Amino acid sequence: MSEAAVHSMVEPAETPLTPDSWGKLGMWIFLAGDAVGFGTLLAGYGAMRATSGDWPNPYQVLGINLTAVMTFLLICSSVTMVKALEWLGKGDRSRAIQYLFFTALGGAIFVSLQAYEWTHLIHRGLHINQNPWGATLFGTSFFLVTGFHGLHVTGGVIYLLSMIRYVANRPEPAASYNAVEIAGLYWHFVDLVWIMVFTFMYLL
Amino acid sequence: MAETAHKHPSYMAIFWYLAILTVIELAVIYLPLPKFTIGVLLCALALGKAALVAMYFMHLRFETRTLGWIAITPLAIATLLVFVLLPDGFAVLKTTEDAKKPAAAAPAKH
Repeated sequence: MSEAAVHSMVEPAETPLTPDSWGKLGMWIFLAGDAVGFGTLLAGYGAMRATSGDWPNPYQVLGINLTAVMTFLLICSSVTMVKALEWLGKGDRSRAIQYLFFTALGGAIFVSLQAYEWTHLIHRGLHINQNPWGATLFGTSFFLVTGFHGLHVTGGVIYLLSMIRYVANRPEPAASYNAVEIAGLYWHFVDLVWIMVFTFMYLL
Repeated sequence: MAETAHKHPSYMAIFWYLAILTVIELAVIYLPLPKFTIGVLLCALALGKAALVAMYFMHLRFETRTLGWIAITPLAIATLLVFVLLPDGFAVLKTTEDAKKPAAAAPAKH
């Protein structure tokens, strides 16, 4: 009897807490940690804003038309992500790859629009240590939080592009289902965080 | 296989809910309501949208309870953090306001 067979025999019984996929559990734990990071930034933003005497009204100085488009874009990319997974579940690899590509494209356009927005605001005088409309910390927190999120989107685009390669190289579509679902969790998380950032940093 | 284990919801329906909630959010900020009410409404709408994404797009509704607990933990921590940070913030605010007063009115008490 091989050593591996012995190991499988002494494997402890599954508990109700044992997940279907350890990878998925790992991603959820990572996302929870990451969410604490974003939560800290947003909580810090809230505390600074609540106690500042000259905090500007964000939607009046930042402009929200472009950001509303960016929000919509990210929601659309979440839909293409779930569609990619759905096609993979149905065994249609080429459609799954197509939708993964659309998702990555949505993320890339989002980051480009953010770069455009940043450039525009910097030209109007909003810097990380300078704010023409009041509290300096407004500029600091704006660039820090949106920048941290933008880095997540950039990382997500790279992750999605690597998933396209991964799906293409698997012998059968079902073999990559779990990995794509885990990548999807990350992507939806980035969308979820943007929902919060958009509300707290632009609308409120 | 995992893909047949849980029924997928209608993703397009979730998409429309999210789109409509976003439009409502954009409309709410222009409503002639007190700032506090607008803030509460926006927080509720944002949490609703986040819940839709987590429950349906991230399949949390169809997962084990363990994952649900993992997901809810950061929200609790972040909410607590606001209260932890507020005293510091108010201390800063008081110092700033004291500094704005004429020099004679601000004795060296710190």
